[in-house]
Amino acid sequence: MLLDIEHLTVRLPGTARPVLTDVTLRVASGEVVGLVGESGSGKSTTANAALRLLPGDATATGRITVDGTDVLSLTGDALRAHRSRTVAMVHQDPRSALNPVRRVGDFLTERLRGAGLDQRAARARAVELLAAVGLSDPERRVRQRPHELSGGMLQRVVIAGALAAEPRLLLADEATSALDVTTQAEILALLRSLRTSGGDRTPGMLFITHDLQLAAAYCDRVYVMYAGRVVEEGSADDLFARPRHPYTRGLLDCSPTLDTETREIRPIPGRPPSLADAFTGCEFAARCPWAEAACETWRPEPVALDGGGTAACRRLPVTGAATATATDTDTVTVTEGSVR
Amino acid sequence: MTAPTLAPVGGPRSRQPLGVRVAGGFLVLVVLAAVLAPFVAPYAPDAIDLSASLVGTSGDHLLGTDSSGQDLLSRVLYGARTSLIAPVLLLGLAALLGVTLGTLAAWRGGWVDTLVSRITDVMYAFPGLLFTVLIIAVFGAGMTTSVLALGLAYTPTVAKYTRSVALAECRKPYIDAYRVQGMGGARICALHLVPNLGRSVVGYLVVLFGEALMSLATLSYLGFGAQPPSSDWGLMVQEGQAAVVQGALLPALVPGVAIALVVVSFNVVGVRAADRLGSGR
Amino acid sequence: MLARISRRLAGLLATLFAASFVIFAAVYAAPGDPAVFLAGGRDKLTPEKLELVRQQYHLDEPLAEQYGRWLWDGVHLDLGRSFKYSDQVADLLAARLPTTLALVAYATVLFVVIGVGAGVLAAVRRGSWVDSTVVGGTTLAASVPSFVSAIALVALFGVQLGWFPVTGGGEGVGGTLHHLTLPAVSLALGALALISRVTRQAMVDAGAADHVEVARASGLPEREIVRRHVLRNALGPIVTMCGLVMAGMLAGTVVVETAFGISGIGSLLVGAINTHDFPVAQAVLLLMVTGYIVVTTLVDLLHPLLDPRVKERAA
Repeated sequence: MLLDIEHLTVRLPGTARPVLTDVTLRVASGEVVGLVGESGSGKSTTANAALRLLPGDATATGRITVDGTDVLSLTGDALRAHRSRTVAMVHQDPRSALNPVRRVGDFLTERLRGAGLDQRAARARAVELLAAVGLSDPERRVRQRPHELSGGMLQRVVIAGALAAEPRLLLADEATSALDVTTQAEILALLRSLRTSGGDRTPGMLFITHDLQLAAAYCDRVYVMYAGRVVEEGSADDLFARPRHPYTRGLLDCSPTLDTETREIRPIPGRPPSLADAFTGCEFAARCPWAEAACETWRPEPVALDGGGTAACRRLPVTGAATATATDTDTVTVTEGSVR
Repeated sequence: MTAPTLAPVGGPRSRQPLGVRVAGGFLVLVVLAAVLAPFVAPYAPDAIDLSASLVGTSGDHLLGTDSSGQDLLSRVLYGARTSLIAPVLLLGLAALLGVTLGTLAAWRGGWVDTLVSRITDVMYAFPGLLFTVLIIAVFGAGMTTSVLALGLAYTPTVAKYTRSVALAECRKPYIDAYRVQGMGGARICALHLVPNLGRSVVGYLVVLFGEALMSLATLSYLGFGAQPPSSDWGLMVQEGQAAVVQGALLPALVPGVAIALVVVSFNVVGVRAADRLGSGR
Repeated sequence: MLARISRRLAGLLATLFAASFVIFAAVYAAPGDPAVFLAGGRDKLTPEKLELVRQQYHLDEPLAEQYGRWLWDGVHLDLGRSFKYSDQVADLLAARLPTTLALVAYATVLFVVIGVGAGVLAAVRRGSWVDSTVVGGTTLAASVPSFVSAIALVALFGVQLGWFPVTGGGEGVGGTLHHLTLPAVSLALGALALISRVTRQAMVDAGAADHVEVARASGLPEREIVRRHVLRNALGPIVTMCGLVMAGMLAGTVVVETAFGISGIGSLLVGAINTHDFPVAQAVLLLMVTGYIVVTTLVDLLHPLLDPRVKERAA
């Protein structure tokens, strides 16, 4: 297994609940794994943890291994090597990822230099990389500054930077969210093409997004996170066709689609919990249409689903069976009534 | 939130950091020394005793004497008076002129604003104390000239600050409310605008105090400010400087250290006080 | 870009005219007869001498014409005659300017190197004892007037330890450096405090940018991050502040040169005022103000070179 996160719990001082609670997540070589959730659900923290990039006062328990290396115990040069060679991150906003006062080429060469190339070779390789990510006139691009390039071009630069060291694992944190739709499609295609071209050492990718539809369409497997926990995991097709956890269903229901005329857009009621909210039972209970009084006190554990995957919901048999009913009914209240 | 007070060390004592409490306590002592100088000073500040010239610390003279045999402790205690009162006077002058100009510029805008900012620009073209020095060059040295000249030199700084605060204040609805009631501009400014600016301007003046004290001491040191036989600290340093080369450090160091301690205390307390006064609303 | 430069230059000229006019017209603000004032008071004032002053200053002509003439002569380095030294003012200045410039240059090197260094150190080790030491030290240094630090330095390094001379300018490069060390330290102390604070704050602000965290996530060495991402981006405010402080130092020499008995234009100004030699005072003030305005304008024009975004906006 390339990335293997086991029972990761991350706490920050002064918060009512951990940022991440008992997160278990795996990415195999060559696999594209989606990580979906609302903002504040812990997606980015999970990705940052794989780089051991947690706030200084955070405490982490559990295990993270990348390619067999225990990430949480890394320090000094080993940690830098891990960040520069093994794992690379593509961030959401390319404009804030590049230093505005330096040249685009510097962004690439400083990473290539870190991988052991001399200045000349790094320069040449930077031009190659920019060409590889589909930027026209790469010779000129390396001399330009970030404000002279568009958002889509900059994201290509950032991806080129991520590929500079030929990493084993690519973390794409909302990598396309800040781009307009056509550019988004191009970048998605680019990421996929790069991933499949690696041969034996094909890198894996953790694709973080708030868009479950996109994740389901783009990834092999998907993890859904809520309030710092993984609430459901499964193959993309399963998850999209038969969501088991009420939250996953809520996510699917609240985005508009063209497939079914009957489906209405139903926003999930309430707000995502903050770090000041502590829970004795299921974190989602307050917003869940299927919740019962016991959900407030009973902590659900992930259970294996038939057909692969896991989900953590006390009412799993009911919600699973209710799939057909729920998609046919018009409103949440009716759904609740039919379940009871 | 406790009601902020004008006292440097206001509110519950336990909330102030140690440095602020020490500095505040020291300043209280200095003010007491200045007020009670005639009662606590062992000698008259100008009592010359040539037989006791440049003696070091001793039972008779706790901080030694200068070359004229004047008791340094007594002089420093008396010197606290000019050192504290003169900055208050010059900042008062700067506040009077600066608040008037700044409020006028903010309220009237247009050419008044332009004129005030042009005058400010020209005065800012003189770095450091040079504007003050020019005035002294014209009108001659002396404490009165120095205080007036420095007051004038600080005016643009205060005016600029007042203008910015006043502009923000003018946008608040209560000003419009008075205007709608038919109140005149001068009345609104005098009765409502300026009193509302008062707190933050005072906070700003507190921050300027240490610098004003340093400026005045510097002028006295250069011979432009206080004249002998004053016990002004800056002047004392100048008078004591010659003795330093002879190995007698106290006459110059005692007033020098007094200046540094008072200024550093004011800066420590001032920043704190300005925070409370500025953010009080 | 060109429009920006010409606008700044126009501003520079306007300020220069206004400031020089203030310096010139100050004569008329003085109580009594301007000629008597310019001649240095009624002491030993003969009618011939008074007439000479009237002629030299063209006091019979309208004010604007006098000012024009004074400025025109000033631009041609004819700054009039000192009535005390009976010497050309320009020659007096020329003889003393090198010492003052050397002092300012020395102090600038000190405050830039130590001030920026301390600020960077405090920012990198934020919250540690190094940071507290720098912040505490600069609070103290900013509160000590330069004449007090001058005395303290003389007392310690000049008199007690005997490492440095306590007065004078020195001969040759080595001698000058030796003589100017204590004055330069005392001149640099306040500036150093200011610069290290500005540097620290600029570094802290620049270090909070997202791209710094991105660079850290990509495993760049911390040293590289501090140098190429944090310090590089913080340079704008740091360089601007260094320029302004250096420009203001010409005025600071007035105190330090007096304290160390150095014969430069600062001590010349003090001497001129104390001996009522107003033409000299005028010339020194004009020189210092001009230097200040020119340097601050230059700093302002240089800013876009450090931050390409500013250049883009200005274009």
